Amino acid sequence: MPHPLKKTGLVFFPAFDWAISANHPEREERLLYTQDQVMEEGLLDFPNILEFKPGIATYDQINRCHICVPNPQNLTTHSHLISAGGAITAAQKVLTGVVDNAFALVRPPGHHSMLVAHGARGFCNINIEAVMIEYIRHTFGIRRIAVVDTDCHHGDGTQDIYWNDPDVLCISIHQDGRTLYPGTGFTDDFGGPNALGATINIPLPPRTSDEGFLYVLDNAILPILDEFQPQIIINSAGQDNHYSDPITNMNFSAQGYALLNEKLAPHIAVLEGGYSIEKALPYVNVGIILAMAGLDYSQVREPDYDADRIRQSTDVTRLIENEVKKVMSLWKRKKDLKKQITGSASYIRREKNIYYDTDDISEKQIETVRVCDDCGGLVMIESTADTGKRIYAVILPNACCPECRKSGEMFFEKINGLQYHHIYLQDRQKDVFIVK
Amino acid sequence: MILGIDVGGTHTDAVLVENFQLLNKAKVLTDQANILSSLLAAARELISKENIRRINRIVLSTTISTNAIVQNKTNRVAMILLNGPGLSPETLSLGEDTYFAKGYVNHRGIPVNGLSRRQLAHISQEISEKQIHHIGIVGKFSSRNPQQELEAADLLQEPSRRMFLGHTLSGQLGFPRRIATTYLNAAINDIYRKFVDDVQKFIDKISQEIGSSIPVYILKADGGTILLEQSLSCPVQTILSGPAAGVMGFLATTAIQEDAVALDIGGTTTDISVFADGIPLLEPAGVTINGRKTLIRGLYTKSIGVGGDSVVKVENGQIIIGPQREGPAVALGGSIPTPTDAMIVDGIVKFGDHAKARDAITGIAEKLHMEVKAAAHAIVEQMAETIASHVIEILAEINNKPVYTIHELLEGKKILPKMLCVAGGPAAVAPVIARKLGYPYVIPENSEVANALGVALSRTTAEATILADTEKQELVICEEGCVQKIPRSFSLEDTIELGKKTLQNKAILMGAGSEDIRMEVTESQSFNMIRDYYTTGKNIRVKVQIKPGLIASGTER
Repeated sequence: MPHPLKKTGLVFFPAFDWAISANHPEREERLLYTQDQVMEEGLLDFPNILEFKPGIATYDQINRCHICVPNPQNLTTHSHLISAGGAITAAQKVLTGVVDNAFALVRPPGHHSMLVAHGARGFCNINIEAVMIEYIRHTFGIRRIAVVDTDCHHGDGTQDIYWNDPDVLCISIHQDGRTLYPGTGFTDDFGGPNALGATINIPLPPRTSDEGFLYVLDNAILPILDEFQPQIIINSAGQDNHYSDPITNMNFSAQGYALLNEKLAPHIAVLEGGYSIEKALPYVNVGIILAMAGLDYSQVREPDYDADRIRQSTDVTRLIENEVKKVMSLWKRKKDLKKQITGSASYIRREKNIYYDTDDISEKQIETVRVCDDCGGLVMIESTADTGKRIYAVILPNACCPECRKSGEMFFEKINGLQYHHIYLQDRQKDVFIVK
Repeated sequence: MILGIDVGGTHTDAVLVENFQLLNKAKVLTDQANILSSLLAAARELISKENIRRINRIVLSTTISTNAIVQNKTNRVAMILLNGPGLSPETLSLGEDTYFAKGYVNHRGIPVNGLSRRQLAHISQEISEKQIHHIGIVGKFSSRNPQQELEAADLLQEPSRRMFLGHTLSGQLGFPRRIATTYLNAAINDIYRKFVDDVQKFIDKISQEIGSSIPVYILKADGGTILLEQSLSCPVQTILSGPAAGVMGFLATTAIQEDAVALDIGGTTTDISVFADGIPLLEPAGVTINGRKTLIRGLYTKSIGVGGDSVVKVENGQIIIGPQREGPAVALGGSIPTPTDAMIVDGIVKFGDHAKARDAITGIAEKLHMEVKAAAHAIVEQMAETIASHVIEILAEINNKPVYTIHELLEGKKILPKMLCVAGGPAAVAPVIARKLGYPYVIPENSEVANALGVALSRTTAEATILADTEKQELVICEEGCVQKIPRSFSLEDTIELGKKTLQNKAILMGAGSEDIRMEVTESQSFNMIRDYYTTGKNIRVKVQIKPGLIASGTER
């Protein structure tokens, strides 16, 4: 074995008694065969693979990264708290040195949950990575974090939560938004005015196979990470890029996933989507766990694997190469882009329409960001949902500068309460959350 | 009347029990080179012309299987692994006699790749050339579908060969453990068979004398008994029956009904076992023997390196106890101070040479700059503290065992001991440990023959694992090697009912008395299988067990 062994933590929580609804892809059966495969391969008997029971996330931990409308109590069930708690347990075991890396193999997922949450979208109620990231920052004082979202769907929730945060690099590779939910995540989405380059989107054409994913990893993700120098790397490990996934159109394999994990070497991996529960998940997860632990994964293969059948076309290869070129050219120009985008404005405003497919809710948002050279910038959000809920939120960033703090606190005090059901202050720097 | 015999490492103990009362006991030295002779010697001390006709049950525990494994007195075994993709062959191989063959069954028990007759014929020839007569065949996921193992056995069958198939030994998942279990089962086959033959000859002689046959049982690692002749197909189940006898001994000598912790404090080590509502806990995945992790159901015991004869020394002003032992206590003729010497000086036990004990502890006291009596007390406290902190750690580990449902995570059973049972030579330290743990203690009566009593009074245990997949309309009873058709409408209730029926028959075959068949459904899950948004069937998983415990009073008639 050429690779050094690593101590790998596994937080496995398949929630065998919970489903969104009886026929939903996010149902009891989802991790059943994964559990079978992990147990049959005897992975938990390796001395360097340790299993941990998930903790339960608290509402305060959720309030550090979400504005839940009306509150996290109404938006979550035990399943969500355990899923986020499992991610936190994984992080805790890594950061206290119990293990070298950890995989939270938990459900339900979270990466479509945005900063303001009126309900569930894309099977997600709360963003389990974001809850974990805020736990990491708050408990261990770690500042620079990178999230690499390898789910087939754009990690739009994580992007939204850290859009204005220059210290959290969110890289998402996903099937092109023109062909798949949630329809976003184009290269030009590059971060808020004070955090340009801290959001990277790499859309890939349908039928991208191992070759394409690994090309993007080698030629975009790894170089960008190398320059960003994160203290912690997190993999939002969706497994729906698999060639057998029923709701996507990609051609990734278990071998590809394992190799990607070995090269990326995340400190923490958190399961996201992946609904080919029999043909993909058992093998992909075994591959990822072995790769994280530095064990030999070369013989892990789906029983129906056929390299020729899933090989990507030269057209696909060319599209991917162009995409990578575009991303890298943006990345190199990220410092010059700010002047171009902000001009002489002191505040930048954007409007967003957000649809919650799982709960059938439509939301309109106006986000205002203070242009700031000293921090991620004060953020204010006005949000109206067709549930009739209208709220206002003031968010002070993690490393908030005195000017942004002063302005934010003033706005929060002055805002007219009659127009809104709730007004929230989320102070990420001082870990304060106030609702009025 | 029951005759129970426990062959231990040093002594072989025998007891005669009637109506749960100890009538007589005997102790002989164990001759490890000839375990049978020790067994017979102990039996002869108790059996007389007067009582022989009243004996209606004989139960043994033996170290024969364990010794064979530890001392490598095993058969050469060819292992044929139907491994398919997954872990690399190097990780799985047991050495030059391991063969990897085509064939693969997936997690649902659906065959993905078939066997290759030509490959198996080739392997068969090599095995013949090597003159190996014991063949283990283990398939990945064979507990989900044993057919490929059975087919391979058919193809390899020859009169001179004995076949050992993975699925027969456990319904649990764990391919590497299944390989180890099957290997060990094959490896100790001959030595165990010889032992059973010898015991049988002795019993036949008695049976002839009294004109009726006495059933003979042997204790398994899980503290359950099985008829001797039935154990021939699964000798590996009898490994570690010694520690199992120890745990069952606590049940036989103490009325444990609640959550409890039991300590068997010996010379070198202390064995810790745990009871939930009076039932001894099992190892969750299976026992480990000689470094090999198996699927063998076994009682949970944890051994720590602290005992009455542990070496006591002072390092950097701290008292260090164990884990080494270098002979008996100074008070009993040894040369190195031990906790036993400290207990003598501290006045909590009264035996041995008090003056010698005092001398031994004086050396320690000087290094600690303490009075001799205070030093002795500190050593006893330290010993109790070490044991108590291990108990707390073990309970935390058990109570933090991962669970896979929200219900169990929020409301799962937590073990909160209400009693500490302590046996062994240095059991006098029990009050000190109990004070640290905060629950009352009990030192059982007859603890010198507790293991033999445990052996005598243990009931038959068994388990059955049933998997029903209504999409493929197939049901598997793993350990029985049974695959049968079921209708689409087959339900969880149907599966449980079949599981109970299977277990009932199995337990009777293993020798269980009808009043001892107390079945518990330990796992029952039914998953809706949805493919392309439509329900296509149910994946049903049921496990039924008879957990370890004592026989009902009615059994003994």
